[in-house]
Amino acid sequence: MWCIGGLLIYLAIKRDMEPTLLLPMGFGAILVNLPMSGAVTQIVDGAAEIGVIDLLFQSGIANELFPLLLFIGIGAMIDFGPLLSNPKLMLFGAAAQFGIFFTLSMASLFGFSLKDAASIAIIGAADGPTSIFVANFLKSNYIGAIIVAAYSYMALVPIVQPPIIRLLTTKNERRIRMPYANASVSKATRILFPIVVTIIAGVVAPRSVALIGFLMFGNLIRECGVLGSLSETAQKVLANLITLLLGLTVAARMQADAFLNVQTLMILGLGLFAFVFDTAGGVLFAKLLNLFSKQKVNPMIGAAGISAFPMSARVVHKMGLREDPQNFLLMHAAGANVSGQIASVIAGGILLNLLG
Amino acid sequence: MLNVDQFLSTLPIMLKGMGGIFIVTAAIILCIALLNRVSNAAAKKQGDSRPND
Repeated sequence: MWCIGGLLIYLAIKRDMEPTLLLPMGFGAILVNLPMSGAVTQIVDGAAEIGVIDLLFQSGIANELFPLLLFIGIGAMIDFGPLLSNPKLMLFGAAAQFGIFFTLSMASLFGFSLKDAASIAIIGAADGPTSIFVANFLKSNYIGAIIVAAYSYMALVPIVQPPIIRLLTTKNERRIRMPYANASVSKATRILFPIVVTIIAGVVAPRSVALIGFLMFGNLIRECGVLGSLSETAQKVLANLITLLLGLTVAARMQADAFLNVQTLMILGLGLFAFVFDTAGGVLFAKLLNLFSKQKVNPMIGAAGISAFPMSARVVHKMGLREDPQNFLLMHAAGANVSGQIASVIAGGILLNLLG
Repeated sequence: MLNVDQFLSTLPIMLKGMGGIFIVTAAIILCIALLNRVSNAAAKKQGDSRPND
C-alpha cells in the first residue's frame, strides 16, 4: 500500500492527474498503512484509541456531508448558459449515463452483490461526490477502490475517450459542423433553472434531493447576482477546504486488508468499462438522432455528455479541430458536458431509489 | 463463476434507470424551453412598450 500511495502521489505531481485528490489520497494511504498507525483507530490494552482519519470519515463521509458540501462549490462554478441556450443537449447527458447501468449488470454477472455492483457502477457517473455519496449510502465494502477508480479515470478522460470515439465514428461524421448561435439566456431563466431542476428531480427520485439540491443551491447563489461573496467563497474556499479533507479522509478505506485484493482489480476494470460505455452510449445516441433529424449533430458531442467537466468538452473540441480546423464544437460540447453533471446526479438518485 | 441469474435480474433496473433519466431530462428540457419562451416574450413586450426617442 505504501507503493500504491507513492504511485498516486507520483501521478498527482509528475503527471498532473487530479492532484487535488490523488495527492491527499496517496499520502493518506501511507498514513493509514503504517504499523499501529495512530491516524486510524487502534485497540490498545482493550481500549479503542480513535484515530483522526477515522474520526474525519465518520464526521464527513459516513454521513455524506463532505461530498454534499463540495457539490455547493461545484454548482457555484458551473455556467449552465450553453445548456440553457440549447436545452436539447441535455439528451446527450442522459444517454452518456448508459455505462452506469450496463456496468451494474456486468458487476452483478461477476458476482458482486447488487448494492456493491451499484456502487461500482456509479464510477461511470464520472463524478467524485456522487460516487462517494452513492457508495457510502449503499454501504459498499469497496468504497476505497471505488473512489480511487472514479478520480483516476476522471483524470484519464483525455486518454480513454478518443479511441472509443474514433472507433464508433467515421471521419465524415467527425467533420460534421455545428454552427453556434449565441442565443441569450435571461437572468430569470438562469435563476429559475436550479429551482426547477431540483423540484423535478426531487419529485421523481426523492433520494437525489440532497445531491441535486446542493448542486443547484451552489448554482443559485452564483446566478442570483446578490451573493457574490458567498458564490466566491463556495467556488474557492469551501471547495478547496472540502477537497483538502476529502482525499485524506477517503484513505481511511485504503487499509491493506480492505484494498489489496482481487476485487479491487475487478473494480478498476469495471470502472474503465463504465467510462467506455458512457462514451459509447453518448456517441451512439447522437448517431441514432442523426437518422431522424435533418440538422445533423456531430456524434462526438454525445461523448461530451459524461460528467467529467470540463475535460470531456475540451477533448471533443480538440478532436473536432483536428478533423476540421474551422469546426468549433466547444460551446456545444460544454453544453452537453454540464448536462452530464445533472444527469449523473439524477442517475445516482435513481439508483438509490431503486436499490436503497 | 458468472452469476447469470443476478445479471438477468439487473436488466429491468437498467431499463427503469435509463427510462427514468430520459423522462426527467425531457421534463427539464420542456421547462427550460418554457422559461426561455416566457422570458423572451416578456423582454419583447418590454422592448415594444418603451417610448420612441
